[in-house]
Amino acid sequence: MNNPLRSKKAEWVVTTPSFLWLAFFFAVPAVIVLAFTFHGHDASGGVGDWSLSTWRELVDPDYPAIVWNTLRISFEVTVWSILLALPCAYAIARMNARWRGIVAGAIMLPFWTSFVVRVFAWKTMLHPDGWLQACYLGWLNVRAWLFGWLPGFLQEFLLWAGFAAPGAVDPASSTILDSETAVVLVSVYSFLPFAIMPIYSAAEKFDFSLLEAARDLGAKNFYAFRRIFIPGIRQGIVSAILMVFIPAVGSYVIPQMLGGTNCVLIGNKIFMRAIQNRNIPHASALATLMAVAVLVPIGIAMLWKRRQDARDKRRLDEQTAKLAVGGGGR
Amino acid sequence: MNNDFLVFDHVTKRFGALTAVDDVSLTVGKGEFFSLLGPSGCGKTTLLRMLGGFERPDSGRIYLEGRDITDLPPDRRRVHTVFQNYALFPTMTVWDNIAFALKLAKTPKEEIEERVDSMLEMVQLSDQAWKYPNQLSGGQKQRVAIARALVDRPQVLLLDEPLAALDLKLRQHMLIELDAIHDQVGITFLYVTHDQGEAMSLSDRIAVVNKGRIEQLDAPPKIYEAPASRFVASFIGDTNFFCGEIVSIDGDYCNIEVEGFPQIRAFNDKQLKVGQRVDLSVRPEKIRVTSTPPLPEKGASINVFPSKVKDIVYQGVYTKYWLQSGSLQVSALKPHSRFLLDQETITWNDEVFVWWHPDDGYMVEVK
Repeated sequence: MNNPLRSKKAEWVVTTPSFLWLAFFFAVPAVIVLAFTFHGHDASGGVGDWSLSTWRELVDPDYPAIVWNTLRISFEVTVWSILLALPCAYAIARMNARWRGIVAGAIMLPFWTSFVVRVFAWKTMLHPDGWLQACYLGWLNVRAWLFGWLPGFLQEFLLWAGFAAPGAVDPASSTILDSETAVVLVSVYSFLPFAIMPIYSAAEKFDFSLLEAARDLGAKNFYAFRRIFIPGIRQGIVSAILMVFIPAVGSYVIPQMLGGTNCVLIGNKIFMRAIQNRNIPHASALATLMAVAVLVPIGIAMLWKRRQDARDKRRLDEQTAKLAVGGGGR
Repeated sequence: MNNDFLVFDHVTKRFGALTAVDDVSLTVGKGEFFSLLGPSGCGKTTLLRMLGGFERPDSGRIYLEGRDITDLPPDRRRVHTVFQNYALFPTMTVWDNIAFALKLAKTPKEEIEERVDSMLEMVQLSDQAWKYPNQLSGGQKQRVAIARALVDRPQVLLLDEPLAALDLKLRQHMLIELDAIHDQVGITFLYVTHDQGEAMSLSDRIAVVNKGRIEQLDAPPKIYEAPASRFVASFIGDTNFFCGEIVSIDGDYCNIEVEGFPQIRAFNDKQLKVGQRVDLSVRPEKIRVTSTPPLPEKGASINVFPSKVKDIVYQGVYTKYWLQSGSLQVSALKPHSRFLLDQETITWNDEVFVWWHPDDGYMVEVK
């Protein structure tokens, strides 16, 4: 056990299977997809010779708007999921062991039913004669009213970014089915467990006496939650964001079944190109674009974290240097 | 000393069927170092948490400088706690931890800097200001927790077993430091501990708590020398109990008949009468162990009993003996104030004499 060579070997034995799994089922397919983008396609749906034609043909006037909508809706879904998951995870972490088990089980229970079946059930619930339709109209009115209160530049920004639509609410043409709201709602419903679980597992390890310490030093409950609890479970929140944002960007079933023509996302386009147009290279190029769209924010987040660490280290070094200069003897 | 600075007035707290704090009344003076001492589960921490605002008493009131603070939430009391596990904020640097209370109070920036820096200096951590708590040692964390709780000069500092997580050497060092900090800041300290040594060495006064009640509230020497109950006598240090009936009175002294033991002479400080039963406590260090009986002119009235050595534990500073005396076990502690190798040694199974002066026993309980 003390032999470094032997422990090195043991490490290899343990990690090799998962490494091989990742290589065959992730790395190799990813490379194949990337390689396809540098091929043309033939009329029978096959992959043609090496060429840059796919990338050249990728200019479609619809694409920028679709990519933007995909990112915007994924962002909305992520924000709502995290906002709902935070109090849930906090409450579960504070329960006693028995209730924790029951509630955690209840959160996992939907996974016993097929995802497609659950989304289909939503189609029924969102029917124009249903009560959710009434709620939707109410929500639209509240949203329009709130929008009216915002300062002008913010209104313009929201309109420009597509978060809000201009004009009054028309009950006849506003159905919740086949709307963006339906896609966001059902996406939040589907991804919420993926947000709760990482936050909960971080909250479970959180030392709640820290909140008491904050209260003791003069903090109000919400301040302690915001300044001590949230930073304390930062890691869980970061993984929850990734767990929701990434599948949301790749979302395909939900917009297909509930978004109609009003909410076409990049996932639907990829499906269309691959299955309907039988243009695998084109679909591969879109998938590659999507992967880049997801990787860029993660890369930025990692850079930011590294800069933070560097800042802390620099501050510590500066302090030490200052003490060394200012007469070391105390 | 203003004795009404902090007042617990008939405070009771129940958790289900358990009465954690049972009708406790006590007052703490301003600037006092006051200890709550008792075994775990005795209710001392509950008392502290009620003062901190984390528990609300079922009945009774708590006053601080004449103001009723019983129903105030923790953030509205100028009372800070040093938690047993320190509860330092792991996502903040040492500096930010200490500045926390000042930032909440919207203190001007220059003042925050000045006061945090002076706190860091007081606890000798100026060179650790930008470290995170997980980069500190146990003793350093402890000092940060104290600095954080003292920085905005609370009315009372609560310390909940603050040294329990430290090793022995560090604990002794922190005891001295805590004492120095208390002298420096002059804030009232309320110290909760189960360690009698800590309480004795730091406190102006100690309240010994057992089963939710205060058994005794006194200065440390009185707690040790004149315990108010069997519990106090046995919880604070070691002692020998002799339980018996008073058979005769001789001026200020009385003779106690103990079953399986010769009569014991004791100072009758409770003015008891013949026929009453009493528990007499004699501390081991007050009992001498010698191989010859004490000289007769030292007084015929001292208690001398022939005994047999059953067990010995040599500790360098002193030796502890367990002796069979009549049908009773007696423990005695012999400090070594002279060079031990020149002394005649007492060893296992030696026939020896144990003796003590009648004034050195203390009647703890009358039945």
